[in-house]
Amino acid sequence: MKALKFTGALGAMLVSTGAWAEYKLNMTPGVTEFSHIAYGLHMRILWICVVIGVLVFGAMIYSMIAHRKSKGVEPARFSHSTTAEIIWTIIPILILLFMAYPATKGLIAMEAPHDKPDLIVKVTGFQWRWRYDYLNEDVGFISSLDQESNRVRQLKSGENPGQVKDYLLNVDHPLVLPVGKQVKFLLTADDVIHSWWVPALGWKRDAIPGFVNEAWTKIEKPGIYRGQCAELCGRDHGFMPIVIKAVTPEEFEAWVAEQKKSAMAGQEIQPIADQS
Amino acid sequence: MSSVAHAEGHDHKPEGFLNRWLFTTNHKDIGTLYLVFSLTMFIIGGAMAMVIRAELFMPGMQLVDPAFFNQMTTMHALIMVFGAVMPAFVGLANWMIPMMIGAPDMALPRMNNWSFWILPFAFTMLLSTLFMDGGAPAAGWTLYPPLVLQGGNSFAFAIFAVHLLGISSIMGAINIIATILNLRAPGMNLLNMPLFVWTWLITAFLLIAVMPVLAGGVTMLLTDKFFGTSFFNAAGGGDPVMYQHIFWFFGHPEVYIMILPAFGVVSEILPTFSRKPLFGYTSMVYASASIAFLSFIVWSHHMFTVGMPLGGELFFMYATMVIAVPTGVKIFNWVATMWKGAMTFETPMLFAIGFVIMFTIGGFSGLMLAIAPADFQYHDTYFVVAHFHYVLVTGAVFAIMAGVYYWLPKWTGHMYDERLGKIHFWWSTIAVNVLFFPQHFLGLAGMPRRIPDYSLQFAEFNMISSIGGFAFGLAQIFFVYIVWKTVKGGQPAEARAWEGAKGLEWTVPSPAPHHTFETPPEIKPDMIAHPSNAH
Repeated sequence: MKALKFTGALGAMLVSTGAWAEYKLNMTPGVTEFSHIAYGLHMRILWICVVIGVLVFGAMIYSMIAHRKSKGVEPARFSHSTTAEIIWTIIPILILLFMAYPATKGLIAMEAPHDKPDLIVKVTGFQWRWRYDYLNEDVGFISSLDQESNRVRQLKSGENPGQVKDYLLNVDHPLVLPVGKQVKFLLTADDVIHSWWVPALGWKRDAIPGFVNEAWTKIEKPGIYRGQCAELCGRDHGFMPIVIKAVTPEEFEAWVAEQKKSAMAGQEIQPIADQS
Repeated sequence: MSSVAHAEGHDHKPEGFLNRWLFTTNHKDIGTLYLVFSLTMFIIGGAMAMVIRAELFMPGMQLVDPAFFNQMTTMHALIMVFGAVMPAFVGLANWMIPMMIGAPDMALPRMNNWSFWILPFAFTMLLSTLFMDGGAPAAGWTLYPPLVLQGGNSFAFAIFAVHLLGISSIMGAINIIATILNLRAPGMNLLNMPLFVWTWLITAFLLIAVMPVLAGGVTMLLTDKFFGTSFFNAAGGGDPVMYQHIFWFFGHPEVYIMILPAFGVVSEILPTFSRKPLFGYTSMVYASASIAFLSFIVWSHHMFTVGMPLGGELFFMYATMVIAVPTGVKIFNWVATMWKGAMTFETPMLFAIGFVIMFTIGGFSGLMLAIAPADFQYHDTYFVVAHFHYVLVTGAVFAIMAGVYYWLPKWTGHMYDERLGKIHFWWSTIAVNVLFFPQHFLGLAGMPRRIPDYSLQFAEFNMISSIGGFAFGLAQIFFVYIVWKTVKGGQPAEARAWEGAKGLEWTVPSPAPHHTFETPPEIKPDMIAHPSNAH
């Protein structure tokens, strides 16, 4: 009965999911040097694990088929072999070294001192919004979950999230960043710990009250990149998305100029016009 | 020492329900209490998991408020870790360790009673916070400040409950160490002990080392919340990250507290049903000890994203990777134990093999998580959720179930229904993989953990995962039925319930009489569980 009900619900969902965003199986390669490092390491370790898994599980499955009592085999009596044990201590160590070398290189690349930043953005997390301040530009604004997602996500709203574009991953004011420029983030928080994560950038970094954390990025191509708060921060933790709009340096300059103008005119800041 | 406690008689159980269970000092009865308690908590914590999976069944908020959802994830974890998995292993230890080493009882029987009877009160208190103003803790089982300090005054009850659990665990650990080191029968040298006894000895030392650290951490939370201190409050000069260091200095060894006894159980079962000695007994012991040591120097891999210096990240990455070496030794030894044996696949063996395969999958994702630059992506996503459920559910819980099926004939005197046991195994194994495997994909695709609602690209796998979750939950109700049926009756079990079983526990009748080994047994070579190391 229960199974039937689930199958029914599953079928109904699958039919209605036609318009839904496509699911993904794997980590995004992203659009920064750091995201390529993370993705490359991820794939390397994954394949090493797959190979080890095939060998170990293969040996187990072979043994389970060949060495069963029902086949009338006599159990062997051996209980140790120093040679075997040395081999399967040494080989994993070698494999680990093979993993540790690129991991160390990647980590050093990500944490090494960078060139002078072209742009510094201060990111402040608070329950449950992000504030962005472009430190040398006198531009700053608060970025919150978009109105439509916010309406639909209320408990028992009765509305179908499938009809909201980028449900829960859309904001009123995206963070606008120039591509090809070295951007430095300073991350902190006002109340509890948050974590700022856009998968396409390749990292997440905690925003901690009383601390200023540092992180860097250089986005390779224009586009919209979405992410979410990744550290449990209270009731609406699931509803503080991050959207980056990466644009060309010229478009970025134009956007900054406009922000300053509207700030002087006392107007609310406007997100950059959609180019695509 | 225990002569007073046992003054009422030697071969018959105490009269009356209260005398038998409330005032008991008998290791078998206390073991039963622990196991029944653990099963109860497993069902309660499982019910909370069902709430979580039901809310995550579809995008949109259908069932519970996000604040209550956070209480569910927090309580689910606290109950499963402290109420289900740990007491289950203490229950197995109580039942089996004295019988495995030829001791008449635990070394400190009255303390044994106390360490059990603290638990129902502690968990009643913890669960009662659900009904209090402000609700249960909702900051995750890690109780990170400042978030956790935003909760209501009910938080004091939760902290007191954690203190009680710590006291109970430490007393249990002292008892196990005292028993193993003092009450072994003559001839039962340390290196003759079954591996389950060894892994528990190591686990007990871990417990004594880290439970006080947790107690200290949560006490600082208590004074920060109620007495105006600023240990973790940046505005008062404190450091919220320091709590994470304290918590994970406890938290990482805690992970091994939950898995080392599982290694022990599986190391007893695989040789029995392979009809072949355990491969590499000595290296198993050393590997367990190495894992325990390493567990103290890897804690910050839970915190790669807090902004550590490069040197710290490198150290914790390397130290974490090194754990793969002793863990690998164990897995290879288990495979070599099966190799060229004469295997049969009764339910305990199925669960043990399931453990080896699926724990290894959890180990692989653990190795991936150790790689700091990749962890910047994995951290706090469903990939982590998938990882620790593979090691905790298909790892620790599967090992507990393997142990229950393995020793149930010894406890009850009845064989369980083999057909039902096999159904339970296959049902659980299929369901648990439907439940947790897609969560790897969700995490890699970018779904953070601890969120009550999600964007549409995560819909398919969440629904599959929830279906697996409901099926797995149902399978455990079936498990309760199988155990109940076995307690009530069944084919009588022989003293040596399994053809290939070795060790002292199989030399006493089934069911084991209320008192065993009142005089120490004479250890003959064929009574030693893993005789391979005799030279």
